[in-house]
Amino acid sequence: MKAFTHLVQVISNSTKTNEKLDALRRYFATADDRDKPWVLALFSGRRPKRTVNSTQLKNWCIQAAGLPEWLFEECYHTVGDLAETIALLLPETGQLLSTHPLHYWLEQLIAIEKAPEPEKQQFILQAWQELETNERFVFNKLITGGFRIGVSQQMMVNALAQTYDIPPATLSHMISGNWDPRQTSLDALLHENHAGADASKPYPFYLAYALESEPGTLGAPEEWIAEWKWDGIRGQLIKRNDQLFVWSRGEELITEKFPEYAPLLNILPEGTVIDGEILTYSNNFPLPFQFLQTRIGRKNVTKKQLQEAPVVFLSYDLLEWEGKDIRETPLLERRQLLTQLVEKINHPALRLSPVITFDSWERLTELRQQARDQGSEGLMLKRSNSSYQVGRKRGDWWKWKIDPFTIDAVMIYAQKGHGRRADLYTDYTFAVKDGGQLVPFTKAYSGLTDKEIGEVDYWVKRNSLEKFGPVRTVKPELVFEIAFEGIAASNRHKSGVALRFPRIHRWRKDKSPQEINTLEDLQQLLQQYK
Amino acid sequence: MSVLQFTDKGIYCAAGDFYIDPWRPVQRAVITHAHSDHARWGHQHYLCQQDSVPLLKLRLGDISVQGVSFGETIAYNGVRVSLHPAGHIIGSAQVRVQQGNEVWVVSGDYKIENDGLSGQFEPLPCQVFITESTFGLPIYNWQPQGMIFSQIRDWINENREAGKSSVLLAYSLGKAQRLMYNLADSVDRFMVHGAIDVVHQVLLANGHSLPPAQRITPDTPKADLKGSVIIAPPSAAGSVWMRKFNPYALGICSGWMQVRGHMRRRNADAGFALSDHADWTGLLQAVKATGAEKVFTTHGFSSAFARYLQENGIEAAEVKTEFGTEDEEEGGEEGSST
Repeated sequence: MKAFTHLVQVISNSTKTNEKLDALRRYFATADDRDKPWVLALFSGRRPKRTVNSTQLKNWCIQAAGLPEWLFEECYHTVGDLAETIALLLPETGQLLSTHPLHYWLEQLIAIEKAPEPEKQQFILQAWQELETNERFVFNKLITGGFRIGVSQQMMVNALAQTYDIPPATLSHMISGNWDPRQTSLDALLHENHAGADASKPYPFYLAYALESEPGTLGAPEEWIAEWKWDGIRGQLIKRNDQLFVWSRGEELITEKFPEYAPLLNILPEGTVIDGEILTYSNNFPLPFQFLQTRIGRKNVTKKQLQEAPVVFLSYDLLEWEGKDIRETPLLERRQLLTQLVEKINHPALRLSPVITFDSWERLTELRQQARDQGSEGLMLKRSNSSYQVGRKRGDWWKWKIDPFTIDAVMIYAQKGHGRRADLYTDYTFAVKDGGQLVPFTKAYSGLTDKEIGEVDYWVKRNSLEKFGPVRTVKPELVFEIAFEGIAASNRHKSGVALRFPRIHRWRKDKSPQEINTLEDLQQLLQQYK
Repeated sequence: MSVLQFTDKGIYCAAGDFYIDPWRPVQRAVITHAHSDHARWGHQHYLCQQDSVPLLKLRLGDISVQGVSFGETIAYNGVRVSLHPAGHIIGSAQVRVQQGNEVWVVSGDYKIENDGLSGQFEPLPCQVFITESTFGLPIYNWQPQGMIFSQIRDWINENREAGKSSVLLAYSLGKAQRLMYNLADSVDRFMVHGAIDVVHQVLLANGHSLPPAQRITPDTPKADLKGSVIIAPPSAAGSVWMRKFNPYALGICSGWMQVRGHMRRRNADAGFALSDHADWTGLLQAVKATGAEKVFTTHGFSSAFARYLQENGIEAAEVKTEFGTEDEEEGGEEGSST
């Protein structure tokens, strides 16, 4: 447990990716072999099921520390993390500390799943006694989940890739799928899964920068292709070795999540790689991103979800054709091959993202204004003779998004943040006017600089009206411009609307709360773009 | 009329006509210690512990100030006033006020553990105890300073091995001296920011013994800084001044470092929960040792601490003061004397 606790500490204290990678590499080079698959599991979304819940942990801590519940809550809101709060509140026992390794604790935690509550409590209390404060924190995190220390699955993959000298994409495949950390070793994972790994391998995605100047600066319009920019998940659809693979841009293998694509296995020609967008789609029109969200993050898709949020693959590029890498072939030619392929296959799950024809930049600028009517978030501009490059590059591909919606709103509630923002008021709720009333319509967590957050925090602490647990109501005085990408009707919200990707665009110190937008303004947007 | 009252100028003794750590200009101010939220500008006359005199003059210039030793009694209109060690920083004192048989004590800022420089906190029996409560939540329990200093030493050694300087952020009056004094055995010469050097010189001139420190100036050769231990005030973080120390690791010494979120926000490489304030256990211990019937909590997590005392059979209430630039309301950012 010591080695893993040290790893967690180093990583959470570091803000530099290279330091984190180093720490992971060192860990994998020296750790207990039976701990390694667990660490991989923990940082790749394979945390074991919870066998003890947060309320139980909280109550047992309150008992063990002999504190009133309100004081525990007070501490929790200051620390901003349950596992850490408990670790700090428990008395140091001075008992002989345990030397059990990480896998011991995880296996024990799984083993108590069916045990009666008193037995669970006894086990947890025993663990708390045997572990020192930092280890306790890590142990609690094993239960409550989500380390939030800035290790992505990708970083994990990169560290392992360097340690074992295997390309990251191959490694991603090797560690994908279902495996049990109790039954397997890292070596087994990395050797046994070799077969088929290369077959699944995606090409690195070519990503575009945002166009910040007028399109006229790009040169002659004839040299460019325009497409709608979709708000789905960027993906690659691969058919090789008589198998179908779907990768997300995060180099995550997500084939199983989208059974709609399964029929393509038999009709796509061998050696095909298509770049495109995974998009929920109904009646020939994209559904808002909220629908796609219901499909992400679950292993098993229900029938209901398949009906309510069906996905298609909206393809826009062909990277491999007849087993040959054609990324150097000019885009226009790749597009022609893609069009022929999609038309020939003619399957509802595989569609073509249309090319927009335009003869002048002025015309394209007009067309861009219709993006929302197409269910898209703007335009993609691609040079017609461009190759398919690697990573985010300037020059040949640009995204030209439409400006976000904006609404001026007043802050009415503030809540302390978590992790790096613990003990600072960073999570705000905003309201618009409705007659003489204020109606909350969205929360936003981001968009301010650290300095502005400090200023707002200072203001909140001096202008609170009431406390409801962690939430403070504040004087409705501070006006912010809220930007968002989409709006949908919602009966879960008092305002009747739900926003897509709301964030603080800027702090309108020049505006008074009398000048903010109204609920009617929001309803009009909804009517226009639902 | 009670011995002390809470007024908009500060804590006031009507019978003796003096204030304790007032925040508006008054005739007579009794000062607990030289931090700026307790020793403010503009009073006609100051009274403080004698070690605080040069520090007060350093910060407030040419003032009328009388220094007394610990335990010495001064009478104001028959009200007996004496100062007693608070253990917070050099010269820090609790103020004991006795009128007839009634004794009130104002703690100022204090810590229980003896840091070697600031004196040993002295529990004073009283009827009413006015206490700080900066860290008045049970998540704040400090490790013994010996353990923390050994962690700091290990960290300095790690940095040295990696070819880095160690920059420790610590408030210029109090924490900086505490660090130097306790790390003297493992550091030959501390490199210090000008603000710290100023305090250092005043303390040396007044007979305190502190380890050697070299002021960093624009002319300081890079070789002197390489692999060195640098002490700087919190305000130096992220400033251009820090650039010439590259490569360096940044460590913050403050009670707020007890919580990971605070440390991550400050982008430090290490955080050491080393505080000049009493921790939760220390606050409770201090309150109990006074035997006070009534406790007022002044700054920090004052409402939580007062409520806890109240629920445990000690009459307690929170008072609003203007102490604590690092209280809960400031969230510990760029705290002064933590």
